[in-house]
Amino acid sequence: MTPLLEAKNLSRVYQVRRGYFARPNPVRAVDDISVVVMPGETLGIVGESGSGKSTLGRMLLGIDPAQAGEVKLEHKPMPPLRSAQWRALRAKMQLVYQDPLAALDRRLTIAAQIGEPLDIHQIGTKEQRTAQVEELMAAVGLRRDQAGRYPHELSGGQRQRAVIARALATRPSLLVCDEPVAALDVSIQAQVVNMLRDLQEQYGMAMVFISHDLKVVRNVADRVAVMYLGKIVEEGSSDTIFRSPRHPYTKALVSSMPVPGKQLQGRIILQGEPPNPAVRPTGCAFHPRCPLAIDLCRTNAPALRRVGVQRTAACHLVAGDAAAVAA
Amino acid sequence: MSTSASNLVELRDLKVAFDGVQVLHGIDLDIAPGEAVGLVGESGCGKSVTWLAALGLLPGKATVTGSVKLEGREIRGAQRSQLEQVRGGRIAMIFQDPSSSLNPVLRIGRQIVEALAIHRGLAGEAAKAEALRLMDMVGIPDPRRRFDLYAHEFSGGQCQRLMIAMALAGEPDLLIADEPTTALDATIQAQILDLLIRLRNETGMALVFISHDLGAVSQVCERVCVMYAGRIVEEGTVEQLFSDPQHPYTRGLFDAIPSIDGPRRRLIPIPGTVPNPSDLPQGCSFSPRCPQATAICKTALPPLLSRGRGRKLACVQPAQPVKTGMVRDRMPEAVML
Amino acid sequence: MINFVLTRLLRAAVTIAAVVTFAFVVLRMSGDPAQVLLGPDAPQDAVDAFRRAWGLDQPLWVQYLAYLKSIFTGDFGVSMRDKAPAIELVLERLPATLQLTVPALLLKLLIGIPVGVYAALHRQSFADRGVILLAVVGFTIPSFVMGLVLVLIFSVILGVLPSGGQDTWVHGILPTITMSIGGIGILARFSRSAMIEVMGQPFIRTASAKGLKWRDVVWSHALPNAAIPIVTIVGFMVGSLIAGAVVVESIFSWPGIGRLLVVSVTNRDLAVVQCILLVIAAAMVVSNLVVELLYGWLDPRLHARAGH
Repeated sequence: MTPLLEAKNLSRVYQVRRGYFARPNPVRAVDDISVVVMPGETLGIVGESGSGKSTLGRMLLGIDPAQAGEVKLEHKPMPPLRSAQWRALRAKMQLVYQDPLAALDRRLTIAAQIGEPLDIHQIGTKEQRTAQVEELMAAVGLRRDQAGRYPHELSGGQRQRAVIARALATRPSLLVCDEPVAALDVSIQAQVVNMLRDLQEQYGMAMVFISHDLKVVRNVADRVAVMYLGKIVEEGSSDTIFRSPRHPYTKALVSSMPVPGKQLQGRIILQGEPPNPAVRPTGCAFHPRCPLAIDLCRTNAPALRRVGVQRTAACHLVAGDAAAVAA
Repeated sequence: MSTSASNLVELRDLKVAFDGVQVLHGIDLDIAPGEAVGLVGESGCGKSVTWLAALGLLPGKATVTGSVKLEGREIRGAQRSQLEQVRGGRIAMIFQDPSSSLNPVLRIGRQIVEALAIHRGLAGEAAKAEALRLMDMVGIPDPRRRFDLYAHEFSGGQCQRLMIAMALAGEPDLLIADEPTTALDATIQAQILDLLIRLRNETGMALVFISHDLGAVSQVCERVCVMYAGRIVEEGTVEQLFSDPQHPYTRGLFDAIPSIDGPRRRLIPIPGTVPNPSDLPQGCSFSPRCPQATAICKTALPPLLSRGRGRKLACVQPAQPVKTGMVRDRMPEAVML
Repeated sequence: MINFVLTRLLRAAVTIAAVVTFAFVVLRMSGDPAQVLLGPDAPQDAVDAFRRAWGLDQPLWVQYLAYLKSIFTGDFGVSMRDKAPAIELVLERLPATLQLTVPALLLKLLIGIPVGVYAALHRQSFADRGVILLAVVGFTIPSFVMGLVLVLIFSVILGVLPSGGQDTWVHGILPTITMSIGGIGILARFSRSAMIEVMGQPFIRTASAKGLKWRDVVWSHALPNAAIPIVTIVGFMVGSLIAGAVVVESIFSWPGIGRLLVVSVTNRDLAVVQCILLVIAAAMVVSNLVVELLYGWLDPRLHARAGH
């Protein structure tokens, strides 16, 4: 099977400058990352704040241009930012992010907003568009009588449904969801997660699901990439990566998840906090917090290597194939 | 409900209305000295409002009725000066968003010293020494150097540690932690939970842990109250609730949490949404979303009744005992052993 | 910190240069000083001679370069009318203007801010509603209308205060009040909303929750935060101390810079007008700089951003 989306050696460095005369300070938000998304597959990306997961998501969509590396959709390279081809490509790749209220225009009814991408990309006749908006609303579980409502008249969950309906309007082959359920209550989270899974099956699209919530990602994603300070530290199938994490960071992350009814004892509690991306530690970026770090970790950054079937990890202490994974 | 002199705090029929809209419908809750109680529910269920009301911290447009007793002494509607002694001194509180809960223009050290001055009469070098000790106790590295920094110079996790240090300054008998880990990253959440557990063991203070996260609650607390639409709907020990949730809402909350192990499965959401406080359904507030609701649920409000062994339930159609397969998913290891 | 100051100084220089250039070009395109000063019946020879004498016959860019050169050497030109150095004329009038604007500024601060803060702390009360209403009235009525109304009441009807002139301090009362009313309204409203915003912040709840007295919550936790946006408005008011005097000085025949500006514009006295605009721009820019520095002192978060 050929990949839908292929990203190679993506890097994004922000120059943080404080005033006209200051020396710019590079922040490596995304550092030499390669990922592949197969058609119809869901890739989960987990990481803490500052890990660069949102930036990566935007780079995969070509909204945030890569400074190094390239993104190919169906083997075609990403056209230049804001060119006509780039705009046309928006119909094929859509973004859903955390705050639905910010994503929606307060002055337009939700039906108008769901139909907007159809108008922009001039898909179908006016009647067909109206019919399709109705179909989309039904697909995301919004009632017909809610078509004329404004965003503030809906609940958080309903708003996120409207945002998802709008993203699906152009029948994209890739949907990038950045923390789509983080702002929702648990019971509503489950509704939206189930809906996303159903829609994915129904529409056959691929999904990149970015979240800090490992439990949600595990239940949505086929494959999961774990990010720490701009790099992928471990990648594997979502069934195995959480059952038997290999990288010490993934281990800590899995272990830190409070599970109802389980006591905190025996959990790995990491010391310290994720470092400031602007002052990246030398060697392995995780070494200052790693309970297992050895001297090598302080000096040499480990490459992402194959450590099992469809499994990669970037750690000196995880036994794996000798060769680094070809990037 | 019997009034016992041994309780630290007793809430009786605590009600809150904002601009005439009732959001809290009579909360009865006892906190014994040194115990850890969890308050669980979704946003808007009134779990935070309960304690803000108890401490008189709600804005003026809120109407609070009922009784809040601290060691048998009524503090609801008490004089401002009397409340100021309780706040931070007997009952301290920390909040969800630690970074914006600290004053951005005042140095951290000063904010901690302020609490020491109010409740322990410390000043000058003695106050500073004690503040440094507290900062060290909550795990702020190199407190002497950081005493004069501002909130924005600390990470979210460190701000929560500083909030905790400030709360401990008055040597309170009860710490109310209102969603203390919600805004923090997973590895930092674990650190803060660990810190709260440790401090409670060291100081012997009671803890009320308000959270929507059942996982976090079960690690910190012995007893849990589940709230829905301004009422407590179920109460019991962590073990009781987790092994045998009886209220359909409690059941629903557990089932909605995606599991981290076992087979991947469809999530089980609770249908519908939380009702608007100004337009509550007739009878049991949960009935429109309840899979077991019968005619009576839609007309009569079930009272919170004792079911023995410290359990309380407000439901006329308790959930059926869980099937064995599902218990395994949820049951605490302690109970399984 | 050096970086911060350099950035701001550069910005200030650009602002002043823009004002100077704009004033220069617009003045020269809006009428011929020779015609105005010499009168419509003046013979062409005289007009030409006047133009040559003042360099008005040169192309605009030559005049501009000459002007820039003289500014940098501290020469602000000579009044075409009084033949005296423009800067002297302006500085001569400065004390009179400050006699009005400084007391007016004090009134704005001492009434506007406390009233606004009081209203914020007693939100929805009778006093609060009254403050909002009066503030709106205060800053929606233009100062020339306000001045005339005050003159009508206190000079014409009651006859207790003089309507013009600068002879005694009593003459200053009406112009000072006229000048401050709008500012009081603006500051009251602004302080009120700044304070309401701050009082709703989580850290205020924290301060109450730790048992701080209400008075201390307001004084040591809320006010330092509310001061940050208020300083912006006050800075703007300080910056426009001179510019704001134009209308009021004209109404009350107060011999300050404002009136000088009006007279000089009418006479197309280019050097004087340019000099006044330069002074006004400089005052704005300087007060802006002071505000920025005050920000840094009031708001520690800006230190980091400014490359501390």
